[in-house]
Amino acid sequence: MNRKISVILMLAGLVMLAAGFARGEADQVLAKAIRICLECIGIG
Amino acid sequence: MNNLQPAAGRRLTQLASALLANGYLAGFVNRTIYQGKVKQLCVPFLNCYSCPGAVAACPVGSLQSLLASPTPRLSFYVLGLITLAGAAAGRLVCGWLCPFGLIQELLAKLGLKKYSLPRPLTWLKYPTLILTVTLPVVWIGQNGLGAPYFCQYLCPAGTLEAGLLLGLGRPELRALLGSLFTWKLTILAIFLVAMVFLYRPFCQTACPLGALYGLFNPVSLWRLEVAAGRCNYCCACRKSCPLDIPVYRRPNSPDCIRCLACTRACPNGALTFSAAGRAGALPYSGCTGTLP
Repeated sequence: MNRKISVILMLAGLVMLAAGFARGEADQVLAKAIRICLECIGIG
Repeated sequence: MNNLQPAAGRRLTQLASALLANGYLAGFVNRTIYQGKVKQLCVPFLNCYSCPGAVAACPVGSLQSLLASPTPRLSFYVLGLITLAGAAAGRLVCGWLCPFGLIQELLAKLGLKKYSLPRPLTWLKYPTLILTVTLPVVWIGQNGLGAPYFCQYLCPAGTLEAGLLLGLGRPELRALLGSLFTWKLTILAIFLVAMVFLYRPFCQTACPLGALYGLFNPVSLWRLEVAAGRCNYCCACRKSCPLDIPVYRRPNSPDCIRCLACTRACPNGALTFSAAGRAGALPYSGCTGTLP
């Protein structure tokens, strides 16, 4: 039973990952990540 | 205090992960950040994407940034990555891959007496997780947008990896530093001092990612298992655990970072970390056996 839950969760993770890619979230992440995050530094 | 010496394989894995995730050496020299396309990939652990060496994105920063964008979006991409890693092995990512975890462990090796945290303090990471996900949407600033508030007000990894190197290292940014930077430096200083006296204080009390991964520990595919017939309740597992977890009773505690020291310490081989479906704990709370 526990093993089934793990596998279902992993599959759900894969599906979410793919869905995120499909709706362009990786590009949004890139757009944020290539700019200096002023909040992270303590300026924002 | 319990065993703080990691297995050589784990330490090497931590070092390799830290170097791979922060391998843009030109960034450290020129005080710039990597801007290549690889950065659309998230690492599964906390690693500030404004660290000069970072070649990939931080999942917590990315999650918050997308939530705080003009069209707020709960990132399936980031949550999928976390769910996949968590469902596979729970907090193994914390114990084996996280560079900020490595920094905390190295500071813990300074040799001073180590203390255990009062348990209620370890629960603080859960409200931190909830606030990390909700505040960017509900706390709207004057510009009509939210912000990555965890990064802004709490994350000591960002201060250490990005704030000190870029904030102080670049004159145009240094000129902008003010009370917020002082606040973040104070938070960082508190955690740095705590790291000398406590084992991984940030992971135990404040990391939203660790809190989330911890929820996967009991249901992850790879997990700790106790062979009831082999355990003689000697508590060697608990004595070896840097987080003082009674492993024989709670082998998949959400606090466990899966350093796996307990599996090496058990004299009877009663603890295994494997992808099986027989995980269990022993219905006993005391240690009566003797160490061989």
